[in-house]
Amino acid sequence: MDISTTISQYIAAKILRQPKRVIKPTDKLISSGLIDSFSLMDLSAFIEEKFGVRLDDTELNAETFDTVAQLTEIVQSRQ
Amino acid sequence: MPTLASSLLQSAADVPSRIAIHLQQAGKDDIAMSYAQLIERGTAYASALMAQGVKKGDIVVIILPHGEALVYAWVGAVLMGAVPSILPPLTEKLAPDRYRRDLAALTEITKPAAIVTYETFASEVNLALAQSPTKIAVVIAELVAHLEFKIENVNFEANLPSEIALLQHSSGSTGLQKGVALAHTAIFNQLRSYAAAIQLSEADVIVSWLPLYHDMGLIAAFITPLMLRVPLVLMSPFDWVRAPQRLFHAITHYGGTLCWLPNFAYNFCAQKIRERDLQGVNLATMRAFVNCSEPTVYSSHQKFAARFGAYGLRDGTLTTCYAMAENVFAVSQSVVGEAPALDESPPDGREARLSNGKPIANVSVKIVDPDGATLPEHTIGEIALQSDCMLTGYFHRPDLTEKAMHGGWYLTGDMGYLKNGEVYITGRKKDIIIVGGKNVYPQDLELLSSEVAGVHPGRVVAFGLMDERAGTEEIVVVAESDIQDEDEQQTVADSVRAHLTRNTDVAVRVVQLVPLGWLVKTSSGKVARTANKEKYLQSDMAA
Repeated sequence: MDISTTISQYIAAKILRQPKRVIKPTDKLISSGLIDSFSLMDLSAFIEEKFGVRLDDTELNAETFDTVAQLTEIVQSRQ
Repeated sequence: MPTLASSLLQSAADVPSRIAIHLQQAGKDDIAMSYAQLIERGTAYASALMAQGVKKGDIVVIILPHGEALVYAWVGAVLMGAVPSILPPLTEKLAPDRYRRDLAALTEITKPAAIVTYETFASEVNLALAQSPTKIAVVIAELVAHLEFKIENVNFEANLPSEIALLQHSSGSTGLQKGVALAHTAIFNQLRSYAAAIQLSEADVIVSWLPLYHDMGLIAAFITPLMLRVPLVLMSPFDWVRAPQRLFHAITHYGGTLCWLPNFAYNFCAQKIRERDLQGVNLATMRAFVNCSEPTVYSSHQKFAARFGAYGLRDGTLTTCYAMAENVFAVSQSVVGEAPALDESPPDGREARLSNGKPIANVSVKIVDPDGATLPEHTIGEIALQSDCMLTGYFHRPDLTEKAMHGGWYLTGDMGYLKNGEVYITGRKKDIIIVGGKNVYPQDLELLSSEVAGVHPGRVVAFGLMDERAGTEEIVVVAESDIQDEDEQQTVADSVRAHLTRNTDVAVRVVQLVPLGWLVKTSSGKVARTANKEKYLQSDMAA
C-alpha cells in the first residue's frame, strides 16, 4: 500500500472511526474540523511508527499540512 | 481592600524584580516577566488606551493570542482603571465572517471603548465594528510595543473596590451575550478564601496551559498568582494540545506545585504522551492537580495516577473543585493532600461519584427543588449558592441577572446533592454540552446545522454523550434530511461538520442524518433534546 492510502485508511479507521470511509488526497483535514486538535498527536505518532518520520509538535497545524497529499509529501521528503 | 491595579502597583513597589510570569512558547526561550516589567510595559498599553480616549470604567476587549502582548495589554487596561475582557482570537478553523458577526453582537451589548488586537487581525475587527453606532478605538499591539512614554507622566485614576474589575464571557453566540461582571471586592474575597482552602503561599509555583479567556485560566492560573505573588509558568493551549508532555517538563523545570486541569486532560495525558517524551520528568514537587470546569470522573484520576505514579506523582495530589465565573471561581474544593471522597451509592443509582469537596469558607451551598425549597442531604436538586464573591451582574443584562437570583441565592443551573457537607454534581438543568472544559450551547449547533443545504431547517438536535475513554463529552448532531443517496448523505454530514467547526471551533464527533419525521417533537412542535438523545442511544446508530 502506498503512503497516501496508508494515511487515509488510518485516519478513516482510527481517528474518524468510519473504516469504510474514503478520504481523498485533497480533502481538507484540519481546517475542515475532520481531525480535531486532540487527534493530531495520534496522527503524528502513527506517522512516526509507520514511516519513521518525526513531525515536530510545532508542525501539527493546517499551515504545515491540511491534506493527505501534503502530509504524504512531507513523509516522502524526509524518508 | 485592594483593587487589581493597587495590588500590582504594590507588588512592583515591594518586590520589583521578582518574576511574576515565566512565559513559554514552543520553539522559543522562556520569557521571565518581573512585576516592574509588568507595570512598565502595561503602562505603555494604558497610555495608548488613554490616548484613544478610553477612560476609567470603560470596557476594553482584548483579542490576542498567548504571548507577552496579551499579558501586558491586560495589565495596561487594569492599571488605567478600565475593565478588560479577554476574547479568544480567530483560529485557522473559524470562519472570519462568523467571528465578525459574534464580535459585532458582543460589542452591541458590551459597548467597549476599545479593542486591543494584533496587526493582521485589525482589519477584521474594523469590519466587525463598521456598523457600531458608538466609537470603538482599535489599539494595535505591535504599535504599542514601540510607543515611547514616561511612567512619571502617566496619571492613573484609581478604582473603588466596589467597581467592576473585569468581564468574563463564555463562548458561542449565546455565551457572548452574557458578560459576567465581577467587582474588585468579589475577586479579592474569592482569592482570599480559595487561597486558604488550598493553603496557597508565595512558595508555590503554578503551572498552566489554560487559556485566559476562560474563567479557570483567568482566575486560578493568572489573576490568583499575579495578585498573591505566586510565580506562574504559562504556556499556550495550542502548544500543550500538540505536546502535552510540555506541562510536565515545565513542572519539572520550575518545581511546579499547583496545576488546574479540566477532566479530559487527565485522560489525554495518560493516554497520549509517549514514554520517551517523559524522560527526566519529576512530579514530586506537585501539591495538587485540581480537576475543575467539567464533570470530574473517578476513572480519569485512576488512569492519571497509574500512568504518572512512576514519575513522582504523590498520593493525595489529585483534587477536585467546583467553580463558575459567576462566583469569580471556586465554589468548593476537596482537601489538598487527600483523595476526594467517593460516594459509592449516589442517589441517582449511577456508579461511584467523586466529591467536589466542601464549599470554601465564604460560600454557602444549598440544594433546592423547583419551587426553591431546600432539599435534605443526598437528594438531587438544583445547586444554589450565596457568597461575598458573586457577580455584580450580567453586564447590561439586568433581565438575566434577575432571572438567576432567587431570594438572595444564585441558582447555578447545575444539578447535584450534598453528602457530609460535600458537593456532588450530577448534571445540568439547562442543556449545555461541556466538551474539553468548554461550554457549548446545543441551540447554537442546531441553528448552524440548519443553515447547511440538505438539512431540513429546524429539524436538528445536538447533544453531548459522555465518552469514558476521553473523559469528556462528545458532540452528536442528528439532523433530518430527505436525501436518500448514501454518498450524498456523507457529503451533507461532512458539510455540517465543517460548518460547525468553522463557526464554533468545537470538534463534532458524530453527524447523523435521519429521514424526515425521525426526530421526536414536543406538543409545541419543538425538537426535544433529551427524548431524541434517548432515541439515538437506543437505535443501532449509536453502536
